[in-house]
Amino acid sequence: MQWETVIGLEIHTQLATKSKIFSGSSTAFGAEPNTQAALIDLGMPGVLPVLNRDAVRMAVRFGKAIDARVAERSVFARKNYFYPDLPKGYQISQYELPVVGEGSVEIVLDDGDVKTIGVTRAHLEEDAGKSLHEDFHGMTGIDLNRAGTPLLEIVSEPDMRSAKEAVAYAKKIHQIVTYIGICDGNMQEGSFRVDANVSIRPKGQAEFGTRAELKNINSFRFLEKAINFEIERQIEVIEDGGKVVQETRLYDAAKDETRSMRTKEEANDYRYFPDPDLLPLEIDEAFIADVMATMPELPDARLARFQSDYGLSTYDADVLTASRPLADYFEAVAEIGGDAKLAANWVMGELAAALNRDGIDIDASPVDAEAFGQLVARIHDNTISGKIGKEVFAAMWAGEGSADAVIAAKGLKQITDTGAIEALVDAVLAANPVQVENYRNADPAKQPKMIGFFVGQIMKQSQGKANPQQVNELLRKKLS
Amino acid sequence: MSLSSDDVAKIAHLARLDMPSDKAEALGRELSSILDLVAQMDAVDTSGVTPMAHPLEVVQRLRDDAVTEQDNRDRYQAGGPAVENGLYLVPKVIE
Repeated sequence: MQWETVIGLEIHTQLATKSKIFSGSSTAFGAEPNTQAALIDLGMPGVLPVLNRDAVRMAVRFGKAIDARVAERSVFARKNYFYPDLPKGYQISQYELPVVGEGSVEIVLDDGDVKTIGVTRAHLEEDAGKSLHEDFHGMTGIDLNRAGTPLLEIVSEPDMRSAKEAVAYAKKIHQIVTYIGICDGNMQEGSFRVDANVSIRPKGQAEFGTRAELKNINSFRFLEKAINFEIERQIEVIEDGGKVVQETRLYDAAKDETRSMRTKEEANDYRYFPDPDLLPLEIDEAFIADVMATMPELPDARLARFQSDYGLSTYDADVLTASRPLADYFEAVAEIGGDAKLAANWVMGELAAALNRDGIDIDASPVDAEAFGQLVARIHDNTISGKIGKEVFAAMWAGEGSADAVIAAKGLKQITDTGAIEALVDAVLAANPVQVENYRNADPAKQPKMIGFFVGQIMKQSQGKANPQQVNELLRKKLS
Repeated sequence: MSLSSDDVAKIAHLARLDMPSDKAEALGRELSSILDLVAQMDAVDTSGVTPMAHPLEVVQRLRDDAVTEQDNRDRYQAGGPAVENGLYLVPKVIE
Protein backbone atom coordinates (compact mmCIF):
# COMPACT_ATOMS: atom_id res chain seq x y z
CA MET A 1 0.00 0.00 0.00
CA GLN A 2 1.20 3.48 -0.90
CA TRP A 3 0.58 5.95 1.92
CA GLU A 4 0.30 9.69 1.73
CA THR A 5 1.10 11.87 4.71
CA VAL A 6 -1.01 14.89 5.60
CA ILE A 7 0.40 17.50 7.97
CA GLY A 8 -0.96 20.72 9.37
CA LEU A 9 0.91 22.85 11.89
CA GLU A 10 -0.24 25.01 14.77
CA ILE A 11 2.48 27.46 15.68
CA HIS A 12 2.35 29.45 18.91
CA THR A 13 4.51 32.54 18.68
CA GLN A 14 5.13 34.58 21.81
CA LEU A 15 4.74 38.21 20.84
CA ALA A 16 7.66 40.47 21.71
CA THR A 17 5.73 42.89 23.92
CA LYS A 18 7.18 44.26 27.15
CA SER A 19 4.03 43.59 29.13
CA LYS A 20 1.38 40.88 29.09
CA ILE A 21 -1.61 40.79 26.79
CA PHE A 22 -4.17 41.75 29.46
CA SER A 23 -2.07 43.05 32.36
CA GLY A 24 0.88 45.32 33.09
CA SER A 25 3.13 42.47 34.27
CA SER A 26 6.53 42.07 32.62
CA THR A 27 7.01 39.30 30.06
CA ALA A 28 10.82 39.11 30.49
CA PHE A 29 12.12 35.55 30.34
CA GLY A 30 13.96 33.91 33.21
CA ALA A 31 12.67 35.83 36.25
CA GLU A 32 12.26 34.20 39.67
CA PRO A 33 9.04 32.13 39.76
CA ASN A 34 5.83 34.10 40.21
CA THR A 35 7.52 37.50 40.48
CA GLN A 36 5.86 38.55 37.22
CA ALA A 37 2.39 37.31 38.04
CA ALA A 38 -0.01 40.03 39.16
CA LEU A 39 -3.65 39.79 40.22
CA ILE A 40 -5.00 39.60 36.67
CA ASP A 41 -2.53 36.84 35.79
CA LEU A 42 -3.45 34.97 38.97
CA GLY A 43 -7.12 35.01 38.01
CA MET A 44 -8.19 36.86 41.15
CA PRO A 45 -11.84 37.92 41.32
CA GLY A 46 -12.72 41.54 40.74
CA VAL A 47 -10.08 42.32 38.13
CA LEU A 48 -10.61 43.09 34.45
CA PRO A 49 -8.34 42.38 31.48
CA VAL A 50 -7.32 45.34 29.31
CA LEU A 51 -5.94 44.55 25.88
CA ASN A 52 -2.34 45.50 24.97
CA ARG A 53 -2.25 47.69 21.85
CA ASP A 54 1.14 46.39 20.69
CA ALA A 55 -0.07 42.79 20.77
CA VAL A 56 -2.83 43.83 18.35
CA ARG A 57 -0.37 45.77 16.18
CA MET A 58 1.87 42.70 15.95
CA ALA A 59 -1.02 40.45 14.97
CA VAL A 60 -2.01 42.92 12.23
CA ARG A 61 1.58 43.11 11.08
CA PHE A 62 1.69 39.34 10.68
CA GLY A 63 -1.63 39.30 8.85
CA LYS A 64 -0.37 41.86 6.37
CA ALA A 65 2.92 39.99 5.95
CA ILE A 66 1.15 36.83 4.77
CA ASP A 67 -1.39 38.68 2.63
CA ALA A 68 -4.24 37.76 4.90
CA ARG A 69 -7.43 39.63 5.60
CA VAL A 70 -7.27 41.49 8.91
CA ALA A 71 -10.65 41.33 10.61
CA GLU A 72 -12.35 44.71 11.06
CA ARG A 73 -14.03 43.17 14.06
CA SER A 74 -12.83 40.24 16.11
CA VAL A 75 -13.99 38.76 19.38
CA PHE A 76 -12.25 37.24 22.38
CA ALA A 77 -13.67 34.01 23.71
CA ARG A 78 -13.16 31.88 26.79
CA LYS A 79 -11.75 28.42 26.23
CA ASN A 80 -12.71 26.52 29.35
CA TYR A 81 -10.62 23.80 30.90
CA PHE A 82 -9.15 23.01 34.27
CA TYR A 83 -5.44 22.83 34.72
CA PRO A 84 -3.48 24.32 37.61
CA ASP A 85 -1.26 26.50 35.40
CA LEU A 86 -4.45 28.21 34.13
CA PRO A 87 -5.73 29.97 37.25
CA LYS A 88 -8.95 31.41 35.83
CA GLY A 89 -10.22 28.03 34.66
CA TYR A 90 -10.32 29.40 31.10
CA GLN A 91 -7.87 30.75 28.56
CA ILE A 92 -8.79 33.98 26.81
CA SER A 93 -8.48 33.20 23.12
CA GLN A 94 -10.33 33.90 19.89
CA TYR A 95 -12.67 31.38 18.34
CA GLU A 96 -15.22 32.24 15.69
CA LEU A 97 -13.84 35.65 14.79
CA PRO A 98 -10.02 35.65 14.83
CA VAL A 99 -8.04 38.82 14.17
CA VAL A 100 -6.25 37.36 11.11
CA GLY A 101 -8.10 35.42 8.43
CA GLU A 102 -6.90 33.30 5.52
CA GLY A 103 -3.46 33.93 4.07
CA SER A 104 -0.61 31.97 2.57
CA VAL A 105 3.16 31.61 2.39
CA GLU A 106 5.42 30.06 -0.22
CA ILE A 107 8.02 27.43 0.54
CA VAL A 108 10.81 26.21 -1.71
CA LEU A 109 11.05 22.42 -1.98
CA ASP A 110 14.23 20.39 -2.38
CA ASP A 111 13.85 20.20 -6.16
CA GLY A 112 13.52 23.99 -6.33
CA ASP A 113 9.76 23.94 -6.90
CA VAL A 114 7.68 26.48 -5.03
CA LYS A 115 4.64 25.33 -3.07
CA THR A 116 1.99 27.53 -1.53
CA ILE A 117 0.91 26.61 2.00
CA GLY A 118 -2.36 28.04 3.23
CA VAL A 119 -2.69 29.72 6.60
CA THR A 120 -6.21 29.17 7.88
CA ARG A 121 -6.13 31.84 10.56
CA ALA A 122 -4.08 33.47 13.27
CA HIS A 123 -5.59 34.51 16.57
CA LEU A 124 -4.52 36.31 19.70
CA GLU A 125 -4.58 34.51 23.02
CA GLU A 126 -2.87 34.36 26.38
CA ASP A 127 -0.25 31.81 27.35
CA ALA A 128 -0.67 29.56 30.40
CA GLY A 129 1.81 29.22 33.26
CA LYS A 130 4.30 26.43 33.67
CA SER A 131 3.85 23.22 35.63
CA LEU A 132 6.97 21.72 37.15
CA HIS A 133 6.42 18.05 37.66
CA GLU A 134 9.63 17.37 39.56
CA ASP A 135 9.07 16.03 43.00
CA PHE A 136 7.73 18.57 45.44
CA HIS A 137 6.69 15.96 48.02
CA GLY A 138 4.39 14.37 45.45
CA MET A 139 2.99 17.73 44.37
CA THR A 140 3.32 19.85 41.25
CA GLY A 141 4.96 23.29 41.33
CA ILE A 142 3.29 26.15 39.44
CA ASP A 143 5.06 29.21 38.03
CA LEU A 144 2.65 31.77 36.61
CA ASN A 145 5.21 34.21 35.18
CA ARG A 146 4.32 33.04 31.69
CA ALA A 147 0.55 33.18 32.32
CA GLY A 148 -0.87 36.00 30.22
CA THR A 149 2.06 36.35 27.84
CA PRO A 150 0.61 37.29 24.45
CA LEU A 151 0.56 34.56 21.83
CA LEU A 152 -0.32 34.62 18.18
CA GLU A 153 -1.42 31.11 17.24
CA ILE A 154 -0.89 30.54 13.53
CA VAL A 155 -2.90 27.64 12.13
CA SER A 156 -2.01 26.18 8.74
CA GLU A 157 -4.14 24.28 6.29
CA PRO A 158 -3.34 20.55 6.11
CA ASP A 159 -1.27 21.31 3.00
CA MET A 160 2.03 19.63 3.81
CA ARG A 161 2.81 16.15 2.52
CA SER A 162 6.14 15.34 4.19
CA ALA A 163 8.19 16.16 7.25
CA LYS A 164 10.53 18.19 5.04
CA GLU A 165 7.68 20.36 3.79
CA ALA A 166 6.50 20.88 7.36
CA VAL A 167 9.99 21.99 8.38
CA ALA A 168 10.24 24.34 5.37
CA TYR A 169 6.88 25.90 6.29
CA ALA A 170 7.78 26.24 9.98
CA LYS A 171 11.08 27.88 9.02
CA LYS A 172 9.28 30.27 6.68
CA ILE A 173 6.88 31.35 9.44
CA HIS A 174 9.86 31.66 11.81
CA GLN A 175 11.66 33.84 9.27
CA ILE A 176 8.62 36.07 8.80
CA VAL A 177 7.83 36.60 12.49
CA THR A 178 11.46 37.39 13.31
CA TYR A 179 11.85 39.65 10.25
CA ILE A 180 8.82 41.72 11.15
CA GLY A 181 10.01 41.82 14.75
CA ILE A 182 6.93 40.37 16.46
CA CYS A 183 8.67 37.33 18.01
CA ASP A 184 12.24 36.60 19.09
CA GLY A 185 11.90 33.11 17.61
CA ASN A 186 13.76 31.41 20.45
CA MET A 187 12.60 27.80 20.35
CA GLN A 188 14.55 26.68 23.42
CA GLU A 189 12.84 29.29 25.58
CA GLY A 190 9.48 28.37 24.05
CA SER A 191 8.92 31.63 22.19
CA PHE A 192 8.17 29.68 19.00
CA ARG A 193 6.33 26.38 19.61
CA VAL A 194 5.27 24.05 16.87
CA ASP A 195 2.56 21.41 17.23
CA ALA A 196 2.08 19.06 14.29
CA ASN A 197 -1.16 17.36 13.28
CA VAL A 198 -0.13 14.23 11.41
CA SER A 199 -2.27 11.66 9.62
CA ILE A 200 -1.84 9.21 6.79
CA ARG A 201 -4.21 7.98 4.08
CA PRO A 202 -3.94 5.58 1.16
CA LYS A 203 -2.57 7.47 -1.83
CA GLY A 204 -5.44 8.73 -3.95
CA GLN A 205 -7.99 8.78 -1.13
CA ALA A 206 -9.74 12.12 -0.68
CA GLU A 207 -10.79 11.87 2.99
CA PHE A 208 -8.23 12.51 5.69
CA GLY A 209 -7.16 9.78 8.06
CA THR A 210 -7.40 10.14 11.86
CA ARG A 211 -4.75 12.53 13.09
CA ALA A 212 -2.47 12.60 16.08
CA GLU A 213 -1.28 15.91 17.50
CA LEU A 214 2.44 16.00 18.28
CA LYS A 215 3.66 18.34 21.01
CA ASN A 216 6.84 19.11 22.90
CA ILE A 217 8.93 19.80 19.81
CA ASN A 218 11.56 22.47 20.43
CA SER A 219 13.70 22.49 17.30
CA PHE A 220 13.26 22.16 13.54
CA ARG A 221 15.37 19.02 13.58
CA PHE A 222 13.10 17.41 16.17
CA LEU A 223 10.05 18.50 14.16
CA GLU A 224 11.30 16.48 11.21
CA LYS A 225 12.22 13.48 13.38
CA ALA A 226 8.96 13.51 15.35
CA ILE A 227 6.85 13.61 12.19
CA ASN A 228 8.86 10.86 10.52
CA PHE A 229 8.59 8.66 13.59
CA GLU A 230 4.85 9.29 13.76
CA ILE A 231 4.31 8.46 10.07
CA GLU A 232 6.05 5.11 10.52
CA ARG A 233 4.11 4.41 13.69
CA GLN A 234 0.75 5.10 12.05
CA ILE A 235 1.58 2.98 9.01
CA GLU A 236 2.54 0.14 11.30
CA VAL A 237 -0.65 0.47 13.36
CA ILE A 238 -2.85 0.37 10.26
CA GLU A 239 -0.94 -2.37 8.45
CA ASP A 240 -1.19 -4.49 11.61
CA GLY A 241 -4.96 -4.15 11.33
CA GLY A 242 -5.31 -1.50 14.03
CA LYS A 243 -6.75 2.01 14.04
CA VAL A 244 -5.05 5.33 14.68
CA VAL A 245 -6.57 7.03 17.72
CA GLN A 246 -7.08 10.79 17.78
CA GLU A 247 -4.86 11.90 20.64
CA THR A 248 -2.07 14.15 21.76
CA ARG A 249 1.40 12.60 21.67
CA LEU A 250 4.56 13.99 23.20
CA TYR A 251 7.84 13.80 21.35
CA ASP A 252 10.71 12.39 23.41
CA ALA A 253 13.93 13.63 21.82
CA ALA A 254 16.16 11.35 23.90
CA LYS A 255 14.37 8.22 22.67
CA ASP A 256 13.36 9.71 19.30
CA GLU A 257 9.77 8.56 19.63
CA THR A 258 6.29 9.93 20.25
CA ARG A 259 4.29 8.74 23.25
CA SER A 260 0.64 9.04 24.07
CA MET A 261 0.15 11.76 26.66
CA ARG A 262 -1.89 10.36 29.48
CA THR A 263 -3.06 12.95 31.94
CA LYS A 264 -5.96 13.09 34.32
CA GLU A 265 -7.62 15.47 31.87
CA GLU A 266 -10.79 14.42 30.11
CA ALA A 267 -11.37 14.52 26.40
CA ASN A 268 -11.50 18.16 25.31
CA ASP A 269 -14.79 19.97 25.72
CA TYR A 270 -13.86 23.61 25.79
CA ARG A 271 -17.31 25.23 25.73
CA TYR A 272 -16.11 28.41 24.03
CA PHE A 273 -18.20 31.52 24.50
CA PRO A 274 -17.54 35.26 24.03
CA ASP A 275 -15.67 36.68 27.02
CA PRO A 276 -17.98 39.22 28.67
CA ASP A 277 -14.94 40.94 30.24
CA LEU A 278 -13.72 42.08 26.83
CA LEU A 279 -15.44 44.13 24.18
CA PRO A 280 -15.20 43.37 20.47
CA LEU A 281 -11.90 44.46 18.96
CA GLU A 282 -12.30 46.82 16.03
CA ILE A 283 -9.42 47.55 13.69
CA ASP A 284 -9.90 50.41 11.26
CA GLU A 285 -8.00 51.51 8.17
CA ALA A 286 -6.06 54.12 10.11
CA PHE A 287 -4.80 51.50 12.57
CA ILE A 288 -3.67 49.26 9.71
CA ALA A 289 -2.04 52.18 7.86
CA ASP A 290 -0.14 53.04 11.03
CA VAL A 291 1.13 49.46 11.33
CA MET A 292 2.08 49.38 7.64
CA ALA A 293 4.12 52.57 8.04
CA THR A 294 6.72 50.65 10.04
CA MET A 295 6.51 47.34 8.15
CA PRO A 296 10.02 46.28 7.12
CA GLU A 297 10.82 44.75 3.75
CA LEU A 298 9.72 41.11 3.83
CA PRO A 299 12.19 38.27 3.25
CA ASP A 300 10.83 37.16 -0.14
CA ALA A 301 10.93 40.72 -1.48
CA ARG A 302 14.43 41.19 -0.15
CA LEU A 303 15.57 37.94 -1.77
CA ALA A 304 14.32 39.16 -5.14
CA ARG A 305 15.93 42.58 -4.66
CA PHE A 306 19.31 41.10 -3.69
CA GLN A 307 19.31 39.23 -6.99
CA SER A 308 18.20 42.15 -9.15
CA ASP A 309 20.08 44.99 -7.42
CA TYR A 310 23.29 43.23 -6.43
CA GLY A 311 23.43 40.56 -9.11
CA LEU A 312 23.67 37.79 -6.50
CA SER A 313 22.82 34.19 -7.32
CA THR A 314 19.61 32.71 -5.90
CA TYR A 315 21.69 30.66 -3.51
CA ASP A 316 23.70 33.62 -2.20
CA ALA A 317 20.60 35.81 -1.91
CA ASP A 318 18.82 33.02 -0.05
CA VAL A 319 21.66 32.57 2.45
CA LEU A 320 22.03 36.31 3.01
CA THR A 321 18.31 36.95 3.56
CA ALA A 322 17.88 34.01 5.94
CA SER A 323 17.62 36.39 8.87
CA ARG A 324 17.06 40.11 9.06
CA PRO A 325 20.24 40.89 11.06
CA LEU A 326 22.32 39.00 8.48
CA ALA A 327 20.64 40.76 5.54
CA ASP A 328 21.10 44.15 7.25
CA TYR A 329 24.75 43.34 7.92
CA PHE A 330 25.38 42.32 4.34
CA GLU A 331 23.75 45.44 2.93
CA ALA A 332 25.87 47.68 5.14
CA VAL A 333 29.03 45.82 4.12
CA ALA A 334 28.14 45.98 0.40
CA GLU A 335 27.54 49.73 0.69
CA ILE A 336 30.81 50.50 2.48
CA GLY A 337 32.82 47.84 0.65
CA GLY A 338 31.79 49.12 -2.76
CA ASP A 339 31.41 45.65 -4.28
CA ALA A 340 28.31 43.58 -3.50
CA LYS A 341 29.55 40.28 -4.87
CA LEU A 342 32.84 40.62 -2.98
CA ALA A 343 30.89 41.60 0.16
CA ALA A 344 28.64 38.54 -0.26
CA ASN A 345 31.63 36.20 -0.58
CA TRP A 346 33.31 37.61 2.50
CA VAL A 347 30.19 37.67 4.66
CA MET A 348 29.29 34.08 3.72
CA GLY A 349 32.92 32.98 3.87
CA GLU A 350 35.27 34.36 6.50
CA LEU A 351 32.66 36.05 8.66
CA ALA A 352 30.18 33.16 8.71
CA ALA A 353 33.00 30.71 9.45
CA ALA A 354 34.27 32.77 12.38
CA LEU A 355 30.76 33.27 13.81
CA ASN A 356 30.08 29.59 13.45
CA ARG A 357 33.39 28.55 14.97
CA ASP A 358 32.92 30.75 18.03
CA GLY A 359 29.17 30.17 18.29
CA ILE A 360 28.35 33.88 18.07
CA ASP A 361 25.21 35.44 16.59
CA ILE A 362 25.77 38.06 13.92
CA ASP A 363 24.23 40.69 16.23
CA ALA A 364 27.11 40.11 18.63
CA SER A 365 29.89 39.89 16.04
CA PRO A 366 33.11 41.44 17.38
CA VAL A 367 33.62 42.91 13.92
CA ASP A 368 30.60 45.08 13.12
CA ALA A 369 29.26 45.73 9.62
CA GLU A 370 31.05 49.06 9.28
CA ALA A 371 34.44 47.62 10.22
CA PHE A 372 33.89 44.60 8.00
CA GLY A 373 32.82 46.87 5.14
CA GLN A 374 36.08 48.76 5.42
CA LEU A 375 38.02 45.51 5.14
CA VAL A 376 36.08 44.61 1.99
CA ALA A 377 36.76 48.11 0.66
CA ARG A 378 40.54 47.59 1.11
CA ILE A 379 40.36 44.34 -0.83
CA HIS A 380 38.19 45.98 -3.48
CA ASP A 381 40.58 48.93 -3.97
CA ASN A 382 43.58 46.57 -4.09
CA THR A 383 45.22 47.89 -0.92
CA ILE A 384 45.46 44.24 0.13
CA SER A 385 44.93 40.91 -1.60
CA GLY A 386 42.23 38.46 -0.59
CA LYS A 387 44.84 36.27 1.08
CA ILE A 388 46.14 39.13 3.22
CA GLY A 389 42.50 40.04 3.82
CA LYS A 390 42.08 36.83 5.77
CA GLU A 391 45.04 37.72 7.95
CA VAL A 392 43.66 41.22 8.54
CA PHE A 393 40.25 39.79 9.38
CA ALA A 394 41.73 37.39 11.93
CA ALA A 395 43.47 40.32 13.63
CA MET A 396 40.26 42.39 13.59
CA TRP A 397 38.35 39.43 15.06
CA ALA A 398 40.96 39.28 17.84
CA GLY A 399 40.31 42.93 18.63
CA GLU A 400 43.42 44.46 17.09
CA GLY A 401 41.55 47.38 15.55
CA SER A 402 40.16 48.49 12.22
CA ALA A 403 41.24 47.11 8.85
CA ASP A 404 43.35 50.18 8.13
CA ALA A 405 44.95 50.06 11.57
CA VAL A 406 45.87 46.38 11.18
CA ILE A 407 47.21 46.91 7.66
CA ALA A 408 49.38 49.82 8.85
CA ALA A 409 50.57 48.13 12.05
CA LYS A 410 51.58 44.93 10.30
CA GLY A 411 52.84 46.57 7.11
CA LEU A 412 50.47 44.52 4.98
CA LYS A 413 49.80 47.09 2.30
CA GLN A 414 49.89 45.42 -1.08
CA ILE A 415 52.84 46.20 -3.34
CA THR A 416 51.36 47.63 -6.53
CA ASP A 417 54.38 49.65 -7.63
CA THR A 418 55.36 48.13 -10.98
CA GLY A 419 59.05 48.83 -10.45
CA ALA A 420 59.13 47.07 -7.09
CA ILE A 421 57.25 44.06 -8.44
CA GLU A 422 59.49 43.88 -11.48
CA ALA A 423 62.54 43.77 -9.18
CA LEU A 424 60.99 40.87 -7.27
CA VAL A 425 60.15 39.02 -10.49
CA ASP A 426 63.65 39.52 -11.89
CA ALA A 427 65.26 38.29 -8.67
CA VAL A 428 63.18 35.11 -8.59
CA LEU A 429 63.78 34.36 -12.28
CA ALA A 430 67.53 34.88 -11.81
CA ALA A 431 67.59 32.55 -8.80
CA ASN A 432 65.81 29.73 -10.65
CA PRO A 433 67.43 29.36 -14.08
CA VAL A 434 66.60 25.65 -14.41
CA GLN A 435 62.87 26.19 -13.82
CA VAL A 436 62.90 29.08 -16.30
CA GLU A 437 64.51 26.83 -18.91
CA ASN A 438 62.02 24.04 -18.25
CA TYR A 439 59.13 26.45 -18.55
CA ARG A 440 60.29 27.78 -21.88
CA ASN A 441 60.66 24.26 -23.31
CA ALA A 442 57.35 23.00 -21.95
CA ASP A 443 54.12 22.25 -23.81
CA PRO A 444 52.16 25.58 -23.85
CA ALA A 445 49.19 23.74 -22.40
CA LYS A 446 51.20 22.96 -19.27
CA GLN A 447 52.70 26.42 -18.87
CA PRO A 448 49.80 28.05 -17.02
CA LYS A 449 50.20 25.44 -14.31
CA MET A 450 53.98 25.77 -14.18
CA ILE A 451 53.81 29.54 -13.75
CA GLY A 452 52.37 28.88 -10.31
CA PHE A 453 55.82 27.96 -9.03
CA PHE A 454 57.19 31.44 -9.82
CA VAL A 455 54.11 33.17 -8.44
CA GLY A 456 54.53 31.23 -5.22
CA GLN A 457 58.19 32.20 -4.91
CA ILE A 458 57.45 35.87 -5.54
CA MET A 459 54.57 35.94 -3.09
CA LYS A 460 56.84 34.31 -0.53
CA GLN A 461 59.55 36.89 -1.13
CA SER A 462 57.01 39.71 -0.75
CA GLN A 463 55.36 38.07 2.29
CA GLY A 464 52.15 37.85 0.31
CA LYS A 465 52.03 41.56 -0.37
CA ALA A 466 52.73 41.66 -4.10
CA ASN A 467 49.61 42.24 -6.19
CA PRO A 468 48.92 38.79 -7.71
CA GLN A 469 47.46 40.11 -10.98
CA GLN A 470 50.50 42.29 -11.64
CA VAL A 471 52.87 39.46 -10.73
CA ASN A 472 51.13 37.15 -13.20
CA GLU A 473 51.16 39.71 -15.96
CA LEU A 474 54.84 40.53 -15.56
CA LEU A 475 55.86 36.88 -15.32
CA ARG A 476 54.04 35.98 -18.53
CA LYS A 477 55.70 38.90 -20.31
CA LYS A 478 59.19 38.03 -19.08
CA LEU A 479 58.95 34.28 -19.62
CA SER A 480 57.61 34.42 -23.16
CA MET B 1 -35.21 18.37 26.07
CA SER B 2 -34.42 15.85 28.72
CA LEU B 3 -30.99 15.33 30.19
CA SER B 4 -29.90 11.89 31.31
CA SER B 5 -28.15 11.28 34.60
CA ASP B 6 -24.95 10.72 32.62
CA ASP B 7 -25.30 14.14 30.97
CA VAL B 8 -25.73 15.72 34.37
CA ALA B 9 -22.71 13.89 35.74
CA LYS B 10 -20.62 15.08 32.78
CA ILE B 11 -21.71 18.69 33.21
CA ALA B 12 -20.92 18.50 36.92
CA HIS B 13 -17.50 17.08 36.14
CA LEU B 14 -16.70 19.76 33.54
CA ALA B 15 -17.52 22.39 36.17
CA ARG B 16 -15.61 20.39 38.79
CA LEU B 17 -18.71 20.20 41.00
CA ASP B 18 -19.02 17.38 43.48
CA MET B 19 -22.55 16.15 42.88
CA PRO B 20 -24.06 13.41 45.01
CA SER B 21 -25.36 10.79 42.58
CA ASP B 22 -28.82 10.72 44.18
CA LYS B 23 -29.27 14.36 43.12
CA ALA B 24 -28.64 13.65 39.45
CA GLU B 25 -32.25 12.99 38.50
CA ALA B 26 -33.70 16.07 40.20
CA LEU B 27 -30.91 18.29 38.84
CA GLY B 28 -31.43 16.78 35.41
CA ARG B 29 -35.09 17.88 35.48
CA GLU B 30 -34.17 21.42 36.56
CA LEU B 31 -31.47 21.79 33.93
CA SER B 32 -33.82 20.38 31.30
CA SER B 33 -36.40 23.05 32.05
CA ILE B 34 -33.73 25.71 31.47
CA LEU B 35 -32.85 24.08 28.17
CA ASP B 36 -36.55 24.04 27.26
CA LEU B 37 -36.52 27.80 27.64
CA VAL B 38 -33.49 27.99 25.37
CA ALA B 39 -35.28 25.78 22.87
CA GLN B 40 -38.18 28.25 22.80
CA MET B 41 -35.75 31.06 21.99
CA ASP B 42 -34.13 28.87 19.37
CA ALA B 43 -37.44 28.77 17.54
CA VAL B 44 -37.24 32.49 16.80
CA ASP B 45 -35.98 33.29 13.29
CA THR B 46 -32.70 35.14 13.80
CA SER B 47 -31.34 34.91 10.28
CA GLY B 48 -30.09 38.36 9.37
CA VAL B 49 -29.28 39.20 12.98
CA THR B 50 -25.56 39.59 13.71
CA PRO B 51 -24.61 37.48 16.73
CA MET B 52 -23.98 39.71 19.69
CA ALA B 53 -20.54 39.51 21.27
CA HIS B 54 -21.31 41.96 24.05
CA PRO B 55 -24.46 43.72 25.27
CA LEU B 56 -22.77 47.13 25.16
CA GLU B 57 -22.44 48.91 21.84
CA VAL B 58 -18.85 49.93 22.45
CA VAL B 59 -15.51 48.56 21.30
CA GLN B 60 -12.44 47.41 23.16
CA ARG B 61 -10.11 50.10 24.41
CA LEU B 62 -6.44 49.37 24.16
CA ARG B 63 -3.70 50.09 26.68
CA ASP B 64 -0.08 51.04 26.00
CA ASP B 65 2.48 48.28 26.19
CA ALA B 66 4.15 49.24 29.46
CA VAL B 67 5.11 47.31 32.58
CA THR B 68 3.07 48.79 35.40
CA GLU B 69 2.96 45.91 37.88
CA GLN B 70 5.41 45.41 40.76
CA ASP B 71 6.54 42.14 42.26
CA ASN B 72 4.08 41.35 45.06
CA ARG B 73 4.79 37.65 45.22
CA ASP B 74 5.14 37.45 48.99
CA ARG B 75 1.81 39.11 49.59
CA TYR B 76 0.00 37.02 46.98
CA GLN B 77 1.52 33.78 48.21
CA ALA B 78 0.71 34.51 51.85
CA GLY B 79 -2.82 33.28 51.11
CA GLY B 80 -1.76 30.15 49.24
CA PRO B 81 -2.14 26.78 51.01
CA ALA B 82 1.23 25.42 49.85
CA VAL B 83 4.23 27.31 48.50
CA GLU B 84 7.85 26.30 47.96
CA ASN B 85 10.80 28.07 46.30
CA GLY B 86 8.41 30.72 45.05
CA LEU B 87 6.17 28.12 43.38
CA TYR B 88 2.54 27.43 44.17
CA LEU B 89 2.16 23.74 45.00
CA VAL B 90 -0.86 21.81 43.77
CA PRO B 91 -1.85 18.15 43.78
CA LYS B 92 0.09 16.24 41.12
CA VAL B 93 -1.62 16.48 37.75
CA ILE B 94 0.39 14.13 35.58
CA GLU B 95 0.59 10.37 36.04
